[in-house]
Amino acid sequence: MSIAAKANALWEYANPRKFLATSERVMPFFWITSIACIVVGLIWGFFFTPDDYKQGSTVKIIYLHVPAALMAINCWLMMLATSLVWLVRRHHVSALAARAAAPIGIVMTLIALATGAIWGQPMWGTWWAWDPRLTSFLILFLFYLGYVALWEAIEDPDTAADLTSVLCLVGSVFALLSRYAVNFWNQGLHQGASVMRAAAVTGADTEEKVSNIYFYPLLLCMIGFVLLFIALVLYRTGTEIRARRIKALLARERVNG
Amino acid sequence: MIPDLGKYADTVMWSYVVSIALLVALIVFSVMRGRKVRAEMEKVEQRMTRNG
Repeated sequence: MSIAAKANALWEYANPRKFLATSERVMPFFWITSIACIVVGLIWGFFFTPDDYKQGSTVKIIYLHVPAALMAINCWLMMLATSLVWLVRRHHVSALAARAAAPIGIVMTLIALATGAIWGQPMWGTWWAWDPRLTSFLILFLFYLGYVALWEAIEDPDTAADLTSVLCLVGSVFALLSRYAVNFWNQGLHQGASVMRAAAVTGADTEEKVSNIYFYPLLLCMIGFVLLFIALVLYRTGTEIRARRIKALLARERVNG
Repeated sequence: MIPDLGKYADTVMWSYVVSIALLVALIVFSVMRGRKVRAEMEKVEQRMTRNG
């Protein structure tokens, strides 16, 4: 099958029935592997890695803080992609997938902010600082809340999908800023990228590189969070599709008297 | 069983407790709402089938 044909085959999943049937089939894999990766990664990191020479045992927070921050940003980027699909091709499943993902993004952002504050207190001497990365993450969190509120506030689902998609485009600036803010403004407390930086991972440089002792369990946790995100998005999108069908059926029932 | 976390024991434990509680709450609420909506849809579909 050519690449174009494969890309076209993707649109089949815009059919709610096809989406539900496929997601029901693949979901057990994502649930099991995500929970396995997270449990093994956390046990490995918590029990079997040494304290850091500078940060002591607080380094163990990295196994939750980094994967949650990773997913907080990428969840919004996924919502951006599905919102664009809605705006361009008007597939309801894509709009519902974005709606389903938002609460997951809220929780991931909240975990990143909470663990960051708890970690920051002993390391920086403060729970919070108006640092570029922290501030852009807080704004991203507020965008998530606004996105969910907008969906709830508008009765017509197509109008809600249109307006939330536009909000998603605007919020993407902060999703990207929360990742790259430290590169633009270096006056903040938060350190630069030390995990998902090509040169750090390959060992081409050693500056602020996370040691492999911490990196392998962290990688497992990150994979686990990505898989958990996929499982939750599939499950929650299925719920949104069914909720939409209920509304359609009730509307039909009212028309038929 | 629990490794010696030294003077940062509270910091580390609170991070784990808060994060795991939020993750579990997200999964539980998602599954609970999913089940409720699925049951409601089946009820509406059955009613509509009965009423033609």
